[in-house]
Amino acid sequence: MKSFATPQGMNRRHFMSHLAGASAMTIPALTMGHTLRTHAQELKRNKKSAIMLWMSGGPSTMDIWDLKPGTNTGGEFQPISTSGDVQISEHMPMMAKQMHNAAIIRSMSTREADHGRGRYYMHTGYVPNPNVEHPSYGAVISHETIDQRPELEIPPFVTVGGGSEGPGFLGMAWAPFAVNSNGQIRNLQMGLDERRLMQRMAALDLVEKGFVSQRRGQAASDHQNILKKTLALMTSEQMKAFRVTEEPQEVQERYGMDNFGKGCLMARRLVEAGVPFIEVDLGGWDMHNDIFNTLSNQRLPVLDRAMSALFEDLEQRGLIEDTAVMWMGEFSRTPRINGNTGRDHWARSWSVVAGGAGMNGGIAVGNTNSDGTRVETEPYTSQDVMASVCKSLGISLETTFTSRSGRPMKIANSGKVIKELFA
Amino acid sequence: MAIRFSIQTLSALALLLTLAPGMALSAPRGPDDFGIPQVAKINEKIRETWVAYELKPSQAATEGEWCRRVFLDVIGRIPSVEELQAFTKSRSATKKADLVGMLLFDDKYTEEYARNWTTVWTTVLIGRAGGTERNSLTNREGMQKYLRDCFARNKPYNDMVDELVTATGSNRPGAENFNGAVNFLAMKVNEEKGTQATADTAKIFLGLQVQCTQCHNHPFNEWKQQKFWEFNAFFRQTRALRQFVPGTRDVAGSELVDQDFAGEGGTPNTAEIYYELRNGLLKAAYPVFINDTEIGKSGFVNEVNRRDQLGELIQKSEYMDMSVANRYWAHFFGYGFTKPIDDMGPHNPASHPELLEYLGQQVREHSYNLKELIRWITLSEAYSLTSRMTKANEGDDPLLGETPKFTHFYLRQMQAEELYESLLVATRAAENRGSYEDQERSKTQWLAQFVMAFGTDDGGESTTFNGTIPQALMMFNGELIRNATDAKNGSFLWDLANSKMKPQQKIDYLFNAGLARRPTKDEIAIANQLFIARATGGGNKKKQVDPAAAGIAALQDIWWAVLNSNEFIINH
Repeated sequence: MKSFATPQGMNRRHFMSHLAGASAMTIPALTMGHTLRTHAQELKRNKKSAIMLWMSGGPSTMDIWDLKPGTNTGGEFQPISTSGDVQISEHMPMMAKQMHNAAIIRSMSTREADHGRGRYYMHTGYVPNPNVEHPSYGAVISHETIDQRPELEIPPFVTVGGGSEGPGFLGMAWAPFAVNSNGQIRNLQMGLDERRLMQRMAALDLVEKGFVSQRRGQAASDHQNILKKTLALMTSEQMKAFRVTEEPQEVQERYGMDNFGKGCLMARRLVEAGVPFIEVDLGGWDMHNDIFNTLSNQRLPVLDRAMSALFEDLEQRGLIEDTAVMWMGEFSRTPRINGNTGRDHWARSWSVVAGGAGMNGGIAVGNTNSDGTRVETEPYTSQDVMASVCKSLGISLETTFTSRSGRPMKIANSGKVIKELFA
Repeated sequence: MAIRFSIQTLSALALLLTLAPGMALSAPRGPDDFGIPQVAKINEKIRETWVAYELKPSQAATEGEWCRRVFLDVIGRIPSVEELQAFTKSRSATKKADLVGMLLFDDKYTEEYARNWTTVWTTVLIGRAGGTERNSLTNREGMQKYLRDCFARNKPYNDMVDELVTATGSNRPGAENFNGAVNFLAMKVNEEKGTQATADTAKIFLGLQVQCTQCHNHPFNEWKQQKFWEFNAFFRQTRALRQFVPGTRDVAGSELVDQDFAGEGGTPNTAEIYYELRNGLLKAAYPVFINDTEIGKSGFVNEVNRRDQLGELIQKSEYMDMSVANRYWAHFFGYGFTKPIDDMGPHNPASHPELLEYLGQQVREHSYNLKELIRWITLSEAYSLTSRMTKANEGDDPLLGETPKFTHFYLRQMQAEELYESLLVATRAAENRGSYEDQERSKTQWLAQFVMAFGTDDGGESTTFNGTIPQALMMFNGELIRNATDAKNGSFLWDLANSKMKPQQKIDYLFNAGLARRPTKDEIAIANQLFIARATGGGNKKKQVDPAAAGIAALQDIWWAVLNSNEFIINH
C-alpha cells in the first residue's frame, strides 16, 4: 500500500482518478475532484506573475528612496548613485546595482495614516467601508489569471510571513494561503492509505453537500471549495516550490538567511511554479523612535540584500519580463523628526517602488518638495499603482467585478495607469 | 357600561383559552417572550424592521441546533451528547429558559462560562498575540486571571471597565502588588504619548473610533482633533515601569503607576499637552471628556488623578451602555447594530437604533449584570431562528452589504478557541487536563499557528483560522484531530466501540456529538459501508482483519468526516 507520507510516484491526477472511481464501491459519486479542464490547451497562456514586498508598519521612504540631504527633515543618510537614473540611500548599496530594473514613484499622496486603514487601502485600492469588503491584490490578480493556469495545483495567492489582506466579496476560495518562510507547511501529512482517505472523503462529501443544499448561505459552499483545494494541494508535487532549503547554499546566502530573504527566494520559486501572486512581508518599520540606528543596522541591510537578490535572480533567469515586483507599506513617516529621533505616521507625500513585467526601470516618477512635506507633481494613489500593475500583467482595466449586492466595481477602483512606467 | 363589560368578559375568555393547552380556539400568538419584558421588547423591535422591509423570518431552528448554538455562544463549546439529550428529551414548556439559566447560573458551568468570556475579552483587550512577544510589558496570564475572576463572580460591567481604565499595580501573578487589570494598558501608555491607550479605551468601552483624529479632523464623524488630545490628556500621568529579571536586561514584568505630570509646558499646576495641527501650528489641550465635561487641570496626582476621573466619566456615559449591548449582540448574532461594532455615532447609523439604545438603558438599569443581557438575547425570537434562508428572506444577507435584519441566523465560523474546547469536551479529553494555567498555556501554544501579528504600534494582527486552507489542513491532519480520533485503549472512540451500543447507535452517537442531530438515511448507509470496508481490510483481500480493530477504525473514519464537515465548524 502506498503511503501519503511520501507522495512521490503518485501525482494528483492519479489520485483524483481514484477519487472519481470511488463510486465503484457503491459510495455515491464524488464531486470533490477538480473540474476537468479539457479545453486547457485552447486558452491563451498568460505566465505573468506579481510579487509584492509588503513593509508592514510604514517605512520611512525619505530615508530610502527620496532623500533630502542637508534639510532639517532629511535625517542622517546620504544618497548614492545607482545603475538607473536615480539616487537612493547609502544603506541600499546592493539594490543600487539593480535600480535599472525598478522605478521609484515619488509622488504618492494618500490619506490613510492608521495602520489598519492604510493596510486595507494599499491592498485593495479602496478605503474601508462598513457595507462591502473589497478584494485585495492577490485575490484580484489570481481571480483574473487562474483560467490561464490549468496546471496550477497549489493556491494562486500565497503570502509569506504575513497575513496580507482578504478576498473580500470574491469569497474564501481567493483567500491568501499564508506560509512561513521556512517552507514547511503544517499538517500536510495524513499518514493514511489512499483508499481509506478516499472513503473518508466520500462520507465527508455527503455531509458537506447536505449542509450546502439547505440554503444556509455562502460560508457553507466556501468550506466545500476550500476542502477541494486542500485535497489538491496535499497531493501535489508542486508543493516542492515551497522548499527553499533545496536551493544551492550560495543562492540562499545571496538572498539572506533571514526570514525575508527566504521569503523572497520562495517567491521566485513560486513564480516558476506558476503562482500568479505572492506577497512577502517584512515588518518592523513602525519607527517612532531611534529610526536612523534601526534603519541602518537592522531593516535596511535585510531589505537591501533580499530585494536586490530577487531582481538580480529574476533578471538572470529571464523572468523579469513576466514578473511585476512592488515594494510598499501602508504609508510612510513624517518628514519632521520627533523628540525620540523617530518619525510618526505620514501619508501625504511618499514613495513606492515598482518594476518588472515591462514597466520602465531606472527612473523616478514625480517628486516631492525640498523638505519632503509635499508632492510637487501629479499625485498618485493606491488605485493608480494597482491599475499600473494590472496593466503590466495584461489584465484589462475594463474588468468589472460585481459585489454580491450587485454593485459593479471596476478593477483597481478605476485607478489611472502611471504613464511614465510604460512610456 | 354594558359594552365595556362585554369586552372585559371576552378578554378574560381569550386569556383562559390561551392558557389551556390543546384548545383548538387559541388566537395566533406572537413569539414566546418567556414572560421577560426585555425579550418581548427585542422581539417587537426586530419584527418592526421585518414589517418595514417586507421580510418574513425563517422557521425556528431545530432544538438540537438551538442547543448547540447556545452552548457555543454562552460557554464556548458544543454540548455533549448527554447535555444535548437532556434538553431535547425534556417536555418542560420552559426548557429553553431553563437551559440558558443553567449555563449562566449553575455552579457546574461557572468555570466554562468564565473561561469563554475571559477568552473573548482577552482578545478584545490585548489581542490574540498580546503578551506573547519577548520582553512584552503585557502579561497574558495576568490579564486572564483578572478577567476570569470578573466573570466567575459576575462582576458588574461598569466596575470592570472602571478597574481596567484606572488600574495600578504589577502585571504578573505572584508579584507583589499584583493587579491583572493593568495588562490592558501596560503596553499602551509609554509609546507615542499614550495615543494607543487613548484609541483603545475610546474604541472598546465607548464604541468610538478616534485614532484617525490624532493627526487631523475626521472627515466623516463628529470627532475633532482637539477632542482626541483632550481625551489623550487623561492618560498622561500614567507610566508602565519595566521590571527586570535580576542581573539581566530581560523584562520580567511591568508596573503601572500614576506619576505627577509636569505638562509639556513645564507648569504642573495646569499641566497642558500640545498637538500639531495640519498647518504645523501647535495647540494646547487639557483633559476634557467627550461630552465636554472638564476636570481639574493640575498634573499633581494627589490633586487630580486623571484616570480615576476618566473611569467615573466613562461610567456615566450612555456610550458605555450602548457599546457593551452592541458588542454582546454581535457576539450572539455575528453582526452588531453597527459595522464595525466599535464605530458608533451619527456618521454610522445603527440598523436598530431604538433597540440599541433600549438595551443600553436596560443594562444600566440592571446594575450592569451581563448575564441578564445574555439571557434577553439568547431567549429572543431572532436568536431562535434557523440559519436556513427562504425565498422571502435570502436578501437579508449582511455579506451583500445589507444592514442585518435578523430574519434568520447568520452562519459564522467557530472561533479557534471554541473548536479547541469543543473537541476536548466531545472526546472527553477535558476530564484530565491539568491546572487551569497549564490548560491555557497549551491552548495559547496551539492557537499561535493561526495568529499573525503585524508588529505595529496598534497591536494589529490577523487570524488565518477562518475558513482557510491551513485550517482545513489542521482539521484533516493536525494533532488536535489525531487525538480526537485516537483509537487507543481508553480513548473516546475506544470506549464507544466497546460500549454495549449497536453499530447504528454508535453512528447516531457520533452525529449527535458533533452535529447535534441524527444522521440521515444516506449518511447511515455510507457509515455502514465504512464498517464493511474496514472489516474487509479496505478491499485488500490478503490482509487479516481483527474485527475489534476494524470496528474502531470505522468509527474513526465516521468521526473524522463529521469533524471535518462545514456543519461542524460553522455555528449555524
